[in-house]
Amino acid sequence: MTAKTQDAKAQDLPAAAPVHSTPLLLRHLPYFIVAAIAVFAAATMSFDGYVLNILMQATTFAVAVFGLTVVLGLCGQINLAQAAFFGLGAYVVGLGTTDYQINFWICLIGGSLVALLAGALLGMSTLKLGGHYLAMVTISFQQILTLVMINAIWLTHGPDGISKIGRPALFQSQQSFLALCVAVLALVGYLVWHLPDTRIGRAMRAVRDNELAAGVAGIDIFRTKVLAFALSALLGGLGGGLFAGGFSYVSPDQFSFAESIVFLTMALLGGVGSPIGAVIGTGLLILIPEWLRFLKSIPGLYLAIYGLFVILIVRFMPDGIWGFVQDMLTRWCTKRPAAMTSPALQLVPAKTGGDMVLEVTGLSKHFGGLKAVDKIMLDGTDVTDMPPHQRTAAGLGRTFQNIRLFRSMTALENVVIGAERPGNTLTGNGGQDALTERALSALTFVGLGPRANELVSSFSYGHQRLIEIARALAGNPTLLLLDEPAAGLNSTEKLELHDLLKRIAAQGLTILIIDHDMTLVREAAQHITVLNFGKRIADGESLAVLQHPDVISAYLGTE
Amino acid sequence: MDQILQLLFTGIGIGAVYALVALGFVLIFRATNVVNFAQGEFSMVAAFLMVVFAVDLQWPYWLSFIVSLAGMALFGVIFNLGVYYPLRHRTFLPVIIATIGASIFLANSVLAIYGPAPQVLEGWFETPGIQLGPVYLDSQYLLIIAVTIALVILNYWFFEHTMLGKKLQATSQDKEMASLLGISVSGMIMITFIYSAVLGGLAGILVAPVLFVSIQMGATIALKAFAATIIGGFGDVTGAIIGGIALGIIETFGAAYVSVPYKDAFAFLVLILFLVFRPQGIFGERVAEKA
Repeated sequence: MTAKTQDAKAQDLPAAAPVHSTPLLLRHLPYFIVAAIAVFAAATMSFDGYVLNILMQATTFAVAVFGLTVVLGLCGQINLAQAAFFGLGAYVVGLGTTDYQINFWICLIGGSLVALLAGALLGMSTLKLGGHYLAMVTISFQQILTLVMINAIWLTHGPDGISKIGRPALFQSQQSFLALCVAVLALVGYLVWHLPDTRIGRAMRAVRDNELAAGVAGIDIFRTKVLAFALSALLGGLGGGLFAGGFSYVSPDQFSFAESIVFLTMALLGGVGSPIGAVIGTGLLILIPEWLRFLKSIPGLYLAIYGLFVILIVRFMPDGIWGFVQDMLTRWCTKRPAAMTSPALQLVPAKTGGDMVLEVTGLSKHFGGLKAVDKIMLDGTDVTDMPPHQRTAAGLGRTFQNIRLFRSMTALENVVIGAERPGNTLTGNGGQDALTERALSALTFVGLGPRANELVSSFSYGHQRLIEIARALAGNPTLLLLDEPAAGLNSTEKLELHDLLKRIAAQGLTILIIDHDMTLVREAAQHITVLNFGKRIADGESLAVLQHPDVISAYLGTE
Repeated sequence: MDQILQLLFTGIGIGAVYALVALGFVLIFRATNVVNFAQGEFSMVAAFLMVVFAVDLQWPYWLSFIVSLAGMALFGVIFNLGVYYPLRHRTFLPVIIATIGASIFLANSVLAIYGPAPQVLEGWFETPGIQLGPVYLDSQYLLIIAVTIALVILNYWFFEHTMLGKKLQATSQDKEMASLLGISVSGMIMITFIYSAVLGGLAGILVAPVLFVSIQMGATIALKAFAATIIGGFGDVTGAIIGGIALGIIETFGAAYVSVPYKDAFAFLVLILFLVFRPQGIFGERVAEKA
């Protein structure tokens, strides 16, 4: 890509391409300078013990809240056990450095990995089902872990907790340890900030926006969710390990369900969409209670206000404080449209297997009962029992009758996800630039290139359909399935669609259309199969089929 | 053998409470497609209302009972208007989070008012129970089981044989179509919340003399009721009841023969095991979807 967009919104920045990492790091130099200053300040400024404790708590909590930014903000999956993962990390560091006299760094890594493993297992058990199950299972996990922390005294010291937790040799003083925590926070924050623009981050956003479409675009939904969940648990564990080192003492009540709710509130208040929101939320919710200390004199009052806050934030500030600020910023700063060029779209349908692109045998479908399909062969591969993302990897591209785009993303980002189709050979090394170029070519092909950086929600219905087709085309499929592409289009749009279909077919890509717009079918199709009440009544070359008496009486109308 | 029978009775009794709360879960889930995470707090609030009227104000037990349930109906209205209704057009995630917020708010507000010490509420009957052969039947458990059976029958009759029940079913199956047919969808959802709050409240009042009336009772009951719903089946009222009773029995035997401190963990273990090994047993439709 020749022209890079320099928009105000961070998410539009092209992400780290492995080969061109130097200019990216250079562009983000200010971030690292600020981070270095923060670390330096944490290490050298003189704090009293009280301020030091607050800063330590805020930094370690923020790392855990970053985890929620990933799982809840990016991937749209709920995690109500972040305090449990935080506790796992803290207990591994606590027990490791005291009872077992293991090196702090090994314990920290071990704690993070234990949390990661627990998160992955928990995710794998539940993420195939809906969000309610995940919510409940994470609460259950949280409760079980609390029970273990309190009752397995031989291992955890029970309600007394663990004291005299060790710190690494270089960071023995609390203040130097704080500097370490700030450095970790800055690094993790940087990674989380850039995650949305990486392949896996895009997959997470796609899953959050529209699971069905994500699967069809070639994303393994289950793996993506489990990964997001495990990553969130890992950050929880890391934060917890640092917390244990920072305070030298941990006890079960610090990692209760109520604490998980505190983490959730921090993420929601600041804004779950961005790590900046996580930092804002964490900072505020650690400082505000300090200012309102008197509330803690009445047990319950403080958490009651938390609960009320959660309801109010969800109701009135769904994107949190940072989301609100961002909204204001985008309203004030108008985007400059950047001129972008891209080569013409190439479609090279792979033909490796059988003589026929699509072969269906013994097809029958029963609604409300068992669905039975004997065999569907796509380019020589049996795709009958595959989940959507594997079918897509096998070469299938499709659109939906009711449009399914990733609504929080720009047209270009939507199409980039299509270009990332596993098995797409036309994106070179799969680097960011190649993907963007491919996506832009596809958008230009359908006539929407100049508007590539607009959010899909700002496009008309007809144009959204074109973006969906571009998303499928960008993956260079072997077969393109269009489910009623003409539905809801006006006559001009239908003409454009017809022209588009011709240009696609001219490149040798096989298209299978299901539609009852006879004008479109007549002009576009070379071969037609007509079904009436589930029975095939005609099959063959277009002209012959359209003159078949049964077809005329069923669809075209008799005199 | 005697002990097994005794445990079975206790298990069914406590399971009946889970079943009642699970029923409330299922009703709200079917009407709104969201799980109400504050369902357990409905029971907790009702139990505390009973403490206010019957213990603090020394009103007669039956009057306190009626006033508490009426209070729960009002509570259902407030809960719907304050928590669910403003978010009805959003996805399920904000709604879940809001109900969790409500649950934290309710439990801790009560804590702020009553303090952490558990309250004691006496049972409905003067006689503690009857000895039937080797098994001692606690009167409160007998009452719980009787009320649960009565409610299951009432529930069946209400949904299958009354116009209002039919309208509620129509609303839960297709809101848009129901409203096009002249059914007030928001009205139906309001009724569901009221009914569910009263059911949850009833469970809370019934179980209060057996457990203590405490802040934690809501969360504990809700989690178990949810586990019951998963074991039994989300779409189905009967499933929730069978699941609740099964869970009560598992838990009672687990506490007696395995471990008392980890009593509460059994429900969660069963829940996770079910999700891992028999998720297809939860929804009948899932199997078809997979094919």
